[in-house]
Amino acid sequence: MAEAKTVSLELPLLARVEGEGALEIAYAQGRIAGLKLRIFEPPRYFEKLLEGRHYSEVPDIVARICGLCPAAYQMSAVQALEAILGLAPTPWISAMRRLFYCGEWIESHCAHLHLLAAPDFFGCGSVVELAAKEAAAVRRGLKLQNLGNRILKFLGGRSIHPVGARVGGFWRAPGAAEAQALLAELQAALPEAEALLDWVLAWPLPESDQVFESVALRDPAGYAIETGRIASDRGLDIGAGEFERHFSEHQVPHSTAFHCLHDGRPYLVGPLARLNVNSDRLPLDIRQRLHQAGIALPSRNPFHSAAARAVEVLYALREAVRLLSDYAPNDTPYLEAGARAGCGCGVTEAPRGILWHRYELDEHGLVRQARIVPPTAQNQARIEADLAATLAALAEAPEPELRRRAETVIRNYDPCISCATHFLTLKVER
Amino acid sequence: MKPRLGVYKFTSCDGCQLALLNQGEGLLALLERVELTHFPEAGPNAPEAAVDIALIEGSLSTPEEAERIRAIRARSGQLVALGACATAGGIQALRNATEAGSAWRAALYPQPEFIATAERSLPVSALVHVDLELFGCPIDAAQLLAALNALLAGGRYRPSGDSVCGECKRAGHGCVLVGRAEPCLGPVTRAGCGALCPGQGRGCYGCFGPSAQANLASLKTVFANLGLPPDAIERRFAFITAEAFRAAGEKHG
Repeated sequence: MAEAKTVSLELPLLARVEGEGALEIAYAQGRIAGLKLRIFEPPRYFEKLLEGRHYSEVPDIVARICGLCPAAYQMSAVQALEAILGLAPTPWISAMRRLFYCGEWIESHCAHLHLLAAPDFFGCGSVVELAAKEAAAVRRGLKLQNLGNRILKFLGGRSIHPVGARVGGFWRAPGAAEAQALLAELQAALPEAEALLDWVLAWPLPESDQVFESVALRDPAGYAIETGRIASDRGLDIGAGEFERHFSEHQVPHSTAFHCLHDGRPYLVGPLARLNVNSDRLPLDIRQRLHQAGIALPSRNPFHSAAARAVEVLYALREAVRLLSDYAPNDTPYLEAGARAGCGCGVTEAPRGILWHRYELDEHGLVRQARIVPPTAQNQARIEADLAATLAALAEAPEPELRRRAETVIRNYDPCISCATHFLTLKVER
Repeated sequence: MKPRLGVYKFTSCDGCQLALLNQGEGLLALLERVELTHFPEAGPNAPEAAVDIALIEGSLSTPEEAERIRAIRARSGQLVALGACATAGGIQALRNATEAGSAWRAALYPQPEFIATAERSLPVSALVHVDLELFGCPIDAAQLLAALNALLAGGRYRPSGDSVCGECKRAGHGCVLVGRAEPCLGPVTRAGCGALCPGQGRGCYGCFGPSAQANLASLKTVFANLGLPPDAIERRFAFITAEAFRAAGEKHG
């Protein structure tokens, strides 16, 4: 006897996410009739403004796509460009790139966990309110975030839009004394990263059971960060160059960001996807702690992303300590190559998930064409699917509750909306 | 009553907001002194509220943004433009120099009619009065805190118009332009970063925009003498703060 009833809810501006987006939900007769995650961040046309630029300029340009993960953009770009130029990074360069990336994971995950996500689980509207309730945890989080920034500065000069990375390596090798000072700080913070993980594992994360494919890089040597093949928990295993054969982007009228699909279906990228694909690559003690907290991998609860971020903060801090422990400055921190025409792809694990680039260079080393597929474009369809699953049962819920649940779901993905609005030419499928 | 502070985002990468969020405990201390009225990334979300200080990140690149900045100006005391996007149109202003607007949209989107963008990406001062501009891509966070301290105390803050060269000499870095024959924009770029790029052994690429007395023509001659072809020289100036360097070139040569 359910009465025909139409309810629509609009969240005009999503708070505590990076960039600007909105959500529209319409219920009719108790069911979701329409759901749109609207990203209205204006396009900045990065793929076009890269055209005609010399390859050496690319790392400084793509950093500007995102203030939260500039190093990820630089690392995917240099990988793609070095594939064209025939440069193979030395062990020193590879190690320093991994260290650089650890800094960005720590900084970005801590910012998301403390400033953006945590208030949801403590009934607070912002980190300012949270700081009154959980002062020590917030202070610890901000300190760890700052340590991530310190690692980025060590190799990049500054943490936002760092200037140290270049095609072929790094402009400069920091001195041994600098490395020692940083190492001491990182070692001292290890217990705090352990405590952060305990804190997040005790959050009252909502229950959820959803079916989705997790896509992440996988590396034979360890937990994949800056290198690896694209893999999934449904058997996908491809190189960066094969991405376009399996993944396609679609424009939707309600968003300036594309929806990227794997074989026509939504999929998950980001920390939980990485954990799901790479659980066997995690240190045993971390796996045991997840198990004790009741998190079985692969997890089908998207809210476990928060736990995954805390795991990766701890993992990245340990990696940074390991990589710095036998640091020695290198006389040749970068390799040089002559210009060469060709096409190359690069893919790395940005804090929010795989970040894929492809460049075509002409014989003078100028960019002919660029294509960039950021993590948030890849997660967008999955976020909408998660919202549909989570909110289906809430047709009768009061609006504040519906609003809170919707925002919590979206924030859990840490969508990087500024990043999500640059893409490329695509073929229209008919 | 505490002064009200609003942080507003336009077309940008969020990097200048992050410079504020990255302050750690310094951020918490600042937030005790102001009422944070609007800063969606950090939580407070009241876009219509009047504020004493409005911090603007990003360039104006859509018709909606032009309307929104006028409304914010009308209900703000001091309006501060943060970073290369808000002070010079940002890297996305590279489309201003081309036929790009609609052509790029059509090239990138199969259905360009869904996308509303203006033909040009503009600095905030192109449309409304700006009380203070802080430069950089991103801004320097210490400079932002110093500026906020001055404004909260009822004083003024003016960033230096000197060039990076002075900072570089004081930091004791070797000159990359003279010593390594690397093209460096330091002589014509506004100070504020602490000579970051020369500290890494590379040339400055101008992310703080032109210094007050920038002599571009002279530096272009130096670059040409290093053997740089004209198109490569032009690309150096057509970068993060392209519009500001173009204007400086017209003013001082």
